[in-house]
Amino acid sequence: MRVASPVDSPVEAAGPGAAGGVLPAAHARNPIHPFDLDPVRAIRINRSAVERRVGSLPGRRTVKKAWQAAWLLRAITLMDLTTLSGDDTPGNVRRLCAKARNPVRQDLLEALGAAELGITTGAVCVYHGLVATAVKALEGSGVPVAAVSTGFPAGLSPMKERLAEIHASIADGAKEIDIVITRGLVLRGDWEALYDEVRAFREACGEAHMKVILGTGELATLTNIARASLVSMQAGADFIKTSTGKEPTNATLPVGLVMARMVRAHLEATGFKVGFKPAGGIRAAKSSLEWMFLMKEELGDEWLKPDLFRFGASGLLTDIERQLEHFATGRYAAAYRQPSP
Amino acid sequence: MSVKSIFETLEYGPAPETTTPALDWIKVHAGGFGLCIDGAWSPAADGAAFEVMDPSTNKALAKVAQAGTADIDRAVAAARKAQPAWAALPGHARARHLYALARAVQKHSRLLAVLESLNNGKPIRESRDIDIPLVARHFYHHAGWAQLAEGEFPGYGPVGVVGQIIPWNFPLLMLAWKIAPALAAGNTVLLKPAEYTPLSALAFAELAVEAGLPPGVLNLVTGDGETGKLMVAHPGIDKIAFTGSTDVGRAIRVATAGTGKKLSLELGGKSPFLVFEDADLDSVVEGVVDAIWFNQGQVCCAGSRLLVQEGIETALLAKLRARMEKLRVGSPLDKCVDMGAIVAPEQLARIQGLMAQGMEEGGTIWQPSWAVPAEGCFYPPTLVSGIGPSALLAQVEIFGPVLVAMSFRTPAEAVALANNTPYGLAASVWTENINLALDIAPKVKAGVVWINCTNQFDASAGFGGYRESGFGREGGREGMWEYLKAHPAQAPRPEAATEPFAWEAPAEGELPPMDRTAKLFIGGKQARPDSGYSLPVKGAGGRTVGEVGEGNRKDLRNAVEAAHAAEGWGRSTGHLRAQILYYIAENLSARGDGFARRLQAMTSICAAAAKAEVEASISRLFTYGAWADKYDGAVHNVPIRGVALAMNEPIGVLGLACPEEFPLLGFVSLVAPAIAMGNTVVALPSQAHPLAATDFYSVLETSDLPGGVVNIVTGDKEALAKVLAEHDDVDGVWHFGSQAGALAVERAAAANMKRTWTEWTRRDWLGAAGEGREFLRHATEVKNIWIPYGE
Repeated sequence: MRVASPVDSPVEAAGPGAAGGVLPAAHARNPIHPFDLDPVRAIRINRSAVERRVGSLPGRRTVKKAWQAAWLLRAITLMDLTTLSGDDTPGNVRRLCAKARNPVRQDLLEALGAAELGITTGAVCVYHGLVATAVKALEGSGVPVAAVSTGFPAGLSPMKERLAEIHASIADGAKEIDIVITRGLVLRGDWEALYDEVRAFREACGEAHMKVILGTGELATLTNIARASLVSMQAGADFIKTSTGKEPTNATLPVGLVMARMVRAHLEATGFKVGFKPAGGIRAAKSSLEWMFLMKEELGDEWLKPDLFRFGASGLLTDIERQLEHFATGRYAAAYRQPSP
Repeated sequence: MSVKSIFETLEYGPAPETTTPALDWIKVHAGGFGLCIDGAWSPAADGAAFEVMDPSTNKALAKVAQAGTADIDRAVAAARKAQPAWAALPGHARARHLYALARAVQKHSRLLAVLESLNNGKPIRESRDIDIPLVARHFYHHAGWAQLAEGEFPGYGPVGVVGQIIPWNFPLLMLAWKIAPALAAGNTVLLKPAEYTPLSALAFAELAVEAGLPPGVLNLVTGDGETGKLMVAHPGIDKIAFTGSTDVGRAIRVATAGTGKKLSLELGGKSPFLVFEDADLDSVVEGVVDAIWFNQGQVCCAGSRLLVQEGIETALLAKLRARMEKLRVGSPLDKCVDMGAIVAPEQLARIQGLMAQGMEEGGTIWQPSWAVPAEGCFYPPTLVSGIGPSALLAQVEIFGPVLVAMSFRTPAEAVALANNTPYGLAASVWTENINLALDIAPKVKAGVVWINCTNQFDASAGFGGYRESGFGREGGREGMWEYLKAHPAQAPRPEAATEPFAWEAPAEGELPPMDRTAKLFIGGKQARPDSGYSLPVKGAGGRTVGEVGEGNRKDLRNAVEAAHAAEGWGRSTGHLRAQILYYIAENLSARGDGFARRLQAMTSICAAAAKAEVEASISRLFTYGAWADKYDGAVHNVPIRGVALAMNEPIGVLGLACPEEFPLLGFVSLVAPAIAMGNTVVALPSQAHPLAATDFYSVLETSDLPGGVVNIVTGDKEALAKVLAEHDDVDGVWHFGSQAGALAVERAAAANMKRTWTEWTRRDWLGAAGEGREFLRHATEVKNIWIPYGE
């Protein structure tokens, strides 16, 4: 991979803690940068080498016992607890929000000596129609609501409507907007059009944080994924996110490695930190740890906090609870004993 | 540490692999490990023993027997006794035994992995995920060769009793690389593990006995270098296979010279890691980690010389330093470390000593900010930059976690720097441009080239070096040849019928015969000998039939230079070489009668025999014309998404000491396969009958053969052969002559570890033994090029 050349004067001035949400942002928000095709074109990704790196990582890093419990508790705080189904109703969204406030049984937290950590999930993520319900259900909890937007998951509705959807969700109280890109622009190599699209979304988001969903399962190559990542960050992404969960393949570690390296390239080129969110298919506690190892190794400890790293997950929490209970009791745990969302 | 505080810091904690089962196994042998000879365990005859250590704590682990003369004698006798029956087993039966060994390794994989990490200091991740699975893979693969050997290697059988001496860096994997092909081919084995690291081999020997391997087939003898010397010197051993340092390899070459012992050596390296400006630099960084911080850099093929295109040097080194900061060094049994301990205090001291010496020469030495554990043998990952190729650290094999970085400007300069080393084991080439990658790979003098990857190993692909990295291949079909030899030659050919040659004096009034001056042939030109002396050539009845130049060292120097100048021959197409070989045959045929008369005059053979030798020579030239575009390499079936290309490359400049008998056919039988494969040669014709070869240069001159491809120097053949063997710019010597000559050649060859092929028994040059693949194998090196793909 090649490092993008630094941009001297970002279009938008950045100020630390400019986040619209309640999360403490330890870093200056990534602004909109001018479009720069050179570093995008210069990207080189060797797929086999990328796969070898992620292939050996789970063998190189592991956490056991108290360390594992602590890491899993942290994983919970990184979770965008998500429901994105056609049959979502205010009822199941309210249940989800209740789980986001209290993701782990109190007796377990006490057994772990972690009661006063005030563990909540990182956010709750829903469709626009349920944003208002979620905002109300989470009132006072400090847990922000994220809305998938811009014609999620395909992102092919008219631009005007996609922009309107962003405005509507922000009006309903969403602090984070997960937008989707037009995958066709990537497949056709129309990087400037992609930049324009993402930049327009960013401008529409205003103070709300924007996560750019690349739909990596539909981008064909790791090189395309890397290029789309870099263009999205030039256009002002706060987070880059792998998948909608609706593509044929979900978040994979090779894709995550490539996107994380692009986050690093953007940081080296501009000095601004961008977050990363793998989403889709992350269901096991063990795989959440592997993602965290990847972040710690490739980007550093800052990317193990919710302002720069999230999991999009719906089924992961239950498995983490089971592992925590196992650590607390020494007995293997059952899913039915963990309170459902 | 409380969950709450770890939640804030998110540090990795300890993640120890349990050592209890391995320590319990060692405890069973608290009295000391014995030698495994003839399927039974016993202490050394003189009771000698030594301690082995855990290098991460410097504490003793176990006591091991030190095999002496009596023990080696007994082990050789056991192997000798067992060998005929083992070789006589059907291939399928040997395959079952090897399959059982593969299964035994898998069933006890964790015990073996933990023992390996305890004794060697390598991280448990590596022993568990890399070493031991590769061990099992090697036995599986070679169970297959045992099954197939008879059909796949017709005319060949086992060498006999094999002595194998292995290093401490991959104790069990090197054992597998040695034992599996040897047993598959029907040999029996004495194996000596390294003195530092015998434990996994001892465990393996126990498993082999339990698995029902017949007694005497595998004999495990522990000991130090003295034990190794006894093996090398033992007359009852037919082949020595050694992996280790170049210095010891050289001593073994000298010690076995002229004994007829088959030899394969896998020695040191200072392997280049080439990074071009269009490479995926983040992946390059991980490649470097796998190249030089794998097994603490104690890897013969470690990519220890980083050669970076100048424009990206700063960026790459910055990325590399950031990555080094994240490496974790600690207890080998911790599942969360990247590097463990250096194998022994002596090795640690050696690394420290070299670094201290190197630092005096200047340069920048960079190490991460964190400290390695104070107890035990640890050395941090180290990057040396700002030095040139002439610096000590850029030249010597450090055999530790030290990377030396230098830059280059162009692909040609990259190749020149890569090859600027006495070694030639491995190379890694990083670029996203397939044209560049496949252009560089053949130009690098290395037995293994990894494109956009490094330190990839598999039983199906040959591994081994060029130059002072040794010779012979391990793995794949090419590796099997090291443990095979041609079945005892057919009944010796009856001597050719002789008859007195009819000397015809000129009749009264006729002109005297025209004098012909046989010169040397160097660089495509006839050359007078530097010495200014000529030697008489005696023919039938002791009569002088001509004179040849008395070639000397300077003539050989010139011939070798001419041969190097003609190296473009190796890059010409097989089709071109075939055409020229056919054309040489055509021109020989046109002058066949003259050659036949010459043979008769020199050797007294009858006219029919002389004609037969000429005809056989013409046919032989056709044989190698035919082979020139057909001796294909292979695509090995390695377990990656990609291919491993096994390319047959010419060895380079070959010295050919031709047999005394068959002055024309013997000469053609060596020269033709050598040049068909793209080598350039300095040929030393039959000393007694050199005129057929000197007549031959006028055939070459009319056959479009580029000057310098074949050079001919007449004179004292054995003395000249020794000079060629001593010449550092000669890559290989074939010697068909006396045993004393073979001894001299093999001894001299040790200086630059050039390949030798010596033979002092008579060969049936007219028959099938006179040509074929055996000659082509000796005329080529197999280079394995690993090319992963996928976008």
